[in-house]
Amino acid sequence: MEETLNLTLKVWRQAGPDASGRFETYELTGISTDMSFLEMMDVLNEQLITGGEEPVEIESDCREGICGTCGCMINGRAHGPEKATATCQLHMRKFSDGDTIIVEPWLAESFPVIKDLVVDRSPLDRIIEAGGYITVPTGSAPDANLIPVPKDAADAAFDGAACSGCGACVAACPNSAAQLFTSAKIQHLNLLPQGQAERWSRTEEMVETMEEYFGSCTNHGECHEACPKEIPLDFIAFTNRDYVKAKRKNRKLLGQSS
Amino acid sequence: MIGTLDSKVPDGPMADKWTSHKFNMKLVNPANKRKFEVIVVGSGLAGSSAAATMGELGYKVKLFTYSDTPRRAHSIAAQGGINAAKNYQNDGDSVHRLFYDTVKGGDYRSREANVHRLAEVSVDIIDQCVGQGVPFAREYGGLLDNRSFGGAQVSRTFYARGQTGQQLLLGAYSALMRQVSAGSVELHTRTEMLDLVVHDGVAKGIVTRDLVTGDIRSHTAHAVVLATGGYGNVYYLSTNAMMCNVTAGWRAHRRGALFANPCYTQIHPTCIPASDEFQSKLTLMSESLRNDGRIWVPRGHDESRMAKDIPDAERYYYLEEKYPSFGNLVPRDVASRNAKTVVDQGLGVGPLKNGVFLDFADAIARDGEDTIRAKYGNLFDMYERITGENPYERPMRIYPATHYTMGGLWVDYELQSNLPGLFVIGEANFSDHGANRLGASALMQGLADGYFVLPYTIGNYLAPLLGDDKLDEGDPACEVVVKEAADETQRLMGINGSRSVDWFHRELGKLVWDYIGMERDANGLEKALTEIPALREEFDKDVRILGSADGLNSSLEKASRVRDFFELAELKARDALERNESCGGHFRTESQTEEGEALRDDVNYSHVAAWEWGGDPSSAIRHDEQLEFVEVPLTQRSYK
Repeated sequence: MEETLNLTLKVWRQAGPDASGRFETYELTGISTDMSFLEMMDVLNEQLITGGEEPVEIESDCREGICGTCGCMINGRAHGPEKATATCQLHMRKFSDGDTIIVEPWLAESFPVIKDLVVDRSPLDRIIEAGGYITVPTGSAPDANLIPVPKDAADAAFDGAACSGCGACVAACPNSAAQLFTSAKIQHLNLLPQGQAERWSRTEEMVETMEEYFGSCTNHGECHEACPKEIPLDFIAFTNRDYVKAKRKNRKLLGQSS
Repeated sequence: MIGTLDSKVPDGPMADKWTSHKFNMKLVNPANKRKFEVIVVGSGLAGSSAAATMGELGYKVKLFTYSDTPRRAHSIAAQGGINAAKNYQNDGDSVHRLFYDTVKGGDYRSREANVHRLAEVSVDIIDQCVGQGVPFAREYGGLLDNRSFGGAQVSRTFYARGQTGQQLLLGAYSALMRQVSAGSVELHTRTEMLDLVVHDGVAKGIVTRDLVTGDIRSHTAHAVVLATGGYGNVYYLSTNAMMCNVTAGWRAHRRGALFANPCYTQIHPTCIPASDEFQSKLTLMSESLRNDGRIWVPRGHDESRMAKDIPDAERYYYLEEKYPSFGNLVPRDVASRNAKTVVDQGLGVGPLKNGVFLDFADAIARDGEDTIRAKYGNLFDMYERITGENPYERPMRIYPATHYTMGGLWVDYELQSNLPGLFVIGEANFSDHGANRLGASALMQGLADGYFVLPYTIGNYLAPLLGDDKLDEGDPACEVVVKEAADETQRLMGINGSRSVDWFHRELGKLVWDYIGMERDANGLEKALTEIPALREEFDKDVRILGSADGLNSSLEKASRVRDFFELAELKARDALERNESCGGHFRTESQTEEGEALRDDVNYSHVAAWEWGGDPSSAIRHDEQLEFVEVPLTQRSYK
């Protein structure tokens, strides 16, 4: 049943990319436990506007956990305390009356702050651009049922395809590595028959682009813990395997067979 | 002034129109395509697929999105599936049947030739998406699975778990990023279109605001494509994403593009009801739940018992009682209206009495909890996460919410608006769904337009322009529009009133929901036409936007969008008032059958209403395009 909470928020405020930031403390009263976390932030912003203070910039769009726009560190955890849940799907019933909640932007050097809780995640697009696709110009695809795809392979590919590109994996990683994001897309395509022609070049180019922007993976597994889509860690191992193979195959120009 | 609206539907038999038109259209030779620049606004299914395909063809494309990456667009949230007349299930589907169902489902207010083309290219979409690696559901033999959706008599819906929109968008996004990498598409993220540049009656470019720096400038091209989605957020609460807005389409309308059928809105029956006044959006629960859930409310007012303690005799299964043959599976508009009726009678359930029960107790008793979990487990989890209630133990509470808008900018058969050079695709145009969209048809239309229609028809427009330079970005025609956009930004910043943008948006949403919602009548619509402009005037005096226009300022972004929603809302009310009939998602209480169904007036309203901007919101001028139904005979719907 609905209850109400009184909360103290410590929110990271930063006027712009080059400005220095600081925590501001705000008190909120009468927050319904049925509210989402972002609606609680809406209430804070209404309160700030009424008081003549600039509202906190925080991004969100679909507010149903699929678009990947939202995300911040809540009490030090990417997307907050609830497992497999994006910030927008976190509800205030997960908090208690009197709690202090610390709200920060994604913590990663590769994601510079634009303002307050909004960061620039565009390096993730650069990784996709490097090879996160199957080359099939419009109109050139064969009939959809021409190649049967084993259900297990299709399901495993889907587990990677489900990534929403929110960046929580990077924010949660002590090294700010993007292995889980990159592997999810590589394995989505590498596991499917349609993806075989470009398997090795894709792997090499996406991994190397990733390394231009992000830190290295040391198998902490924090990325998986933070991931709202629960992308499996196995994909990182599969990608490492494919990368080693790719180095050999691409160098020797052995063609594209496995 | 606008003359007769020419839909440019080609002659010939329905089944041959698109094939022969493709042959008759002018071509731009491959070496010349690079001489043409095209602007695409919006990166959803329609925008991303169009930009990627035009990039592949060799055009120089610029893509604009207000999101931080093209992959965020709201197409991503579509759950159910995408229709295609593949007939893989051997159950009698065909291009003609998909065409027929879509025209009928649209309650005879769409353009037959467009719908037929949509059904024709639907099969190519599935091939394309599978080629891209979209992981559609498959059978154990490895072939594609289909399901029946939204009451269709055949299984023609392809799906990817409950995330079909996400997977299709990521497919289009991957094709787009391949073109970005190839250098044929230039990406402008966090950049919002504020206006259209029209020169000598022809669309020549757009004016944008960089949302990070605040910089307002123009971009010009040989053609402009709007793929900017629907206007459902005029209701404030809807299943649309927070940033969805009508601004690009509305500013084009103010520059001369006709806006068609703004009163057509689809209200989806199965959404989670609002929990309090700070509710920011409503979440859709897939319509597939109605296959097993029974919808009811208590017969008694002020019922305080738990649902499971209310005996059957005291439950009102209103859909099963009123529509014995379709029961809980009546079409979306019928299910929605009936929910409103019982809630208005004071029979609603939940703390705010604003919902009806969707009860799985019988299905769980019949099939076992495991079976229900296998079918709907992810939906039940989502429901519990949002409401804190366990739907295995107590019924879900649902209520209708705005979901999709069938109206939009008027386009001809080639998807070109009445302004030469301005093309409109996807939900942003009006053409294919008539007065009501069938389930799993929005994704189909977005991708049909972007992959397989626009890339052909835009060539027909561009071919004769070979050798023409695009308008110079420093041209006075651009500078005037840039200055107007900058002045409007300064005006909004300078109001310095007392209330937040969200407050005004919520108040506007209440008016639109009450007067132009599930049921409309002349009395309410007249009130809307007084109260909406009054609220708009208050907004212009009293909105408060803090901070600066020279950097990221989401209040300013919202203010500019809400300002346009005010004007659209007024046009929507006028359109609803003038369309004195019921059809599909537009229900006028004055026009219903004895059974309470939407009653069309085909003699007077078998046309598209296309509105011309008249200088202010109250002086819009109504034009019409007559609709002819040659292939699909007009009939009255009945679900008894």
